[in-house]
Amino acid sequence: MDMVAGKVKMTQQSVNTAMDPSDMLERPIRLTARDVTVHYGAKQALHGISIDIPDRAVTSFIGPSGCGKSTFLRCINRMNDTIEGAKVGGTIKLDGEDVYDPNLDVVELRARIGMVFQKPNPFPKSIYENVAYGPRIHGLARGKTDLDEIVVSSLRKAGLFEEVKDRLNEPGTGLSGGQQQRLCIARAIAVGPEVILMDEPCSALDPIATAIIEELIDELRENYTIVIVTHSMQQAARVSQRTAFFHLGNLIEEGVTEDIFTNPVNKQTQDYIMGRIG
Amino acid sequence: MSEATVSTRPISQDRIRLRNRRNAADFRLRAYGIAAIGTAIGLLAILLFTLVIGGYSAFVQTHIRVDFPIAAENVDPANPAEGNWRAVVSDAMATLLPGSQSPAETRQIAQILTSNTQFFVRNAVLANPDVIGGTLTLDVPAADIFDQLNKGNISRDTPEANRRVSDQQIGWFDTLVEQGRISTPFNWGLFFNADSRFPEIAGLAGAITGSFYALLVCFVISFPVGIAAAIYLEEFAPKNRWTDIIEVNINNLAAVPSIVFGLLGLAVFLQIFGLPRSAPLVGGLVLALMTLPTIIIVTRNALKAVPPSIREAGYGMGASPQQVIWHHVLPLSLPGILTGTIIGLAQALGETAPLLLIGMNAFITSPPGGVMEASTALPTQIYIWADSPERGFVSRTSAGILVLLGFLLLMNAIAIFLRQRLERRW
Ligand SMILES: Nc1ncnc2c1ncn2[C@@H]1O[C@H](COP(=O)(O)OP(=O)(O)O)[C@@H](O)[C@H]1O
Ligand SMILES: [Mg+2]
Repeated sequence: MDMVAGKVKMTQQSVNTAMDPSDMLERPIRLTARDVTVHYGAKQALHGISIDIPDRAVTSFIGPSGCGKSTFLRCINRMNDTIEGAKVGGTIKLDGEDVYDPNLDVVELRARIGMVFQKPNPFPKSIYENVAYGPRIHGLARGKTDLDEIVVSSLRKAGLFEEVKDRLNEPGTGLSGGQQQRLCIARAIAVGPEVILMDEPCSALDPIATAIIEELIDELRENYTIVIVTHSMQQAARVSQRTAFFHLGNLIEEGVTEDIFTNPVNKQTQDYIMGRIG
Repeated sequence: MSEATVSTRPISQDRIRLRNRRNAADFRLRAYGIAAIGTAIGLLAILLFTLVIGGYSAFVQTHIRVDFPIAAENVDPANPAEGNWRAVVSDAMATLLPGSQSPAETRQIAQILTSNTQFFVRNAVLANPDVIGGTLTLDVPAADIFDQLNKGNISRDTPEANRRVSDQQIGWFDTLVEQGRISTPFNWGLFFNADSRFPEIAGLAGAITGSFYALLVCFVISFPVGIAAAIYLEEFAPKNRWTDIIEVNINNLAAVPSIVFGLLGLAVFLQIFGLPRSAPLVGGLVLALMTLPTIIIVTRNALKAVPPSIREAGYGMGASPQQVIWHHVLPLSLPGILTGTIIGLAQALGETAPLLLIGMNAFITSPPGGVMEASTALPTQIYIWADSPERGFVSRTSAGILVLLGFLLLMNAIAIFLRQRLERRW
């Protein structure tokens, strides 16, 4: 065990030195995680993750299933708070502010860090109500017209408005899978987040719907910091500027996406990229 | 082409025997199932059949049209309430049948009518005082034995000595039939009269009102408490030994025989709190104790059935636990909660034993005016009537059960309607 931990520390140092300094200067750091650990009861799921996530870029987390990608993602907006027995250690800072500060309002944090889930999960309400829900509970709209405007612009940003403008009052659950997922993105955008976390957002979608979402992610990058978990290396290569490789609860290697895929430093990363770890 | 390939496989006798045995087993299993369902339906049909046969005659009631001369000497127009109503009735009876009768015969003729006739006449006159000095024509319920005679439940072929009506009384009754004075309309009294010693005017109004109040109390207490308890246990309570113990106990409570709750009600609500005996309030409290575990269990199941992805979506949007519950989880689980609650209440409606223990089987001749007034309930009223020997009460017992079943059916129909209505939205 100790040996593994030592090895992880070493690889992290090597990752840091491997970072392209000009890249880091271009994009200010939005999120910083230091030594993040997670225990589910007695079981440790994350063994000290440290990573910097830059602003207005897509960072993807890859790695074999069960390696802790979702767990780490859920630490960022404190979704693990809702899981009984989950214990989070280390620090995560959003713009230098500790996310786990006891004085911090989780509700406000989740308005700043939106989340899109693996399976599209619109509320069983109308399309309009789905998008309007966030602004309502956070008190973001001053009146009906204000709210209408937020709903329309959020649906537009999620590339869904044209498809649903005639049936805003129909149930969101009646849309196709890809449309539902874009509705969930619109719902997240509606509260004006700075960061959007996406946990395998395309894993339940067909290739065409996936392509549409990937295009959307590329557009959203202009205005949001995006972290995406994906089990598809091709997807990571297509949509992300930075990639982090997780394995068995450790962050093995992290860097510019191109470098990770073409020139991985770590042996495990190489094996995974080559398809030797599944 | 495929036939050729199939036929190349040799069909051994063993395989055929195996297949036949398998098919026979399938067939037997299906036959057992059909037989079981057939038995259940048959028993249910027998139950309903006997109830309808025994009870249908209670849904009509023999009435006799009588002209009551309201003489001023018997009823003072200035003070009609104090009139001599007994004399009014006997005067009317003396002239009801042709031919001269001895006073003893007149008294016997008067027994053709229900014993409460004088109160019917009194109430009719009080409602319409102008009739004093004239004649009042009323349809009066016939006494039970004549009601049964008219319905054919007392056979004229039975020897007179073994019959509860004499040949002479039958003769009188037949004369009234010839005069066109006998009618057999729908027995509204079954629903609008309270209990009485006389079956011909005994009804379920008191029992229905009492059951209504008791269920109201039961609902008002068990619904909010049950839902709050279920929400706490399901959404907030830590999973530890204490909540495990609570959970086991709630499940056990749902299986406790209802008479135990009656004993508890007797000891706690009557003896310690000093609440009045036979009151629907106490009945409702006891029924609430019984219904509470049911509501907690169905509510927890309904909450559990809400997909976790909906909760995640809510939390992910920054909703607080309370908002997630109110905005998303409760609305989605409401159909299940309501259905379970109504079925729990339907169970409570039919519950008899605990109500007997707290005295809701008293003889009470007026519907309760509130939850603190003594009353019966539907099942206890049926219980009282089932204990009475009169023929009229025997059929009323079956009729009462039919009415109770009708209410249960109605409640279940409402539950189904609500579930479909609320679930159809999405
Ligand atoms: N709610 C939970 N309770 C207990 N263990 C969990 C829970 N969620 C995840 N785990 C465990 O934590 C590890 C990491 O899971 P996860 O983060 O979901 O992996 P990934 O998203 O990379 O597939 C797995 O071993 C998983 O079994
Ligand atoms: Mg995952």
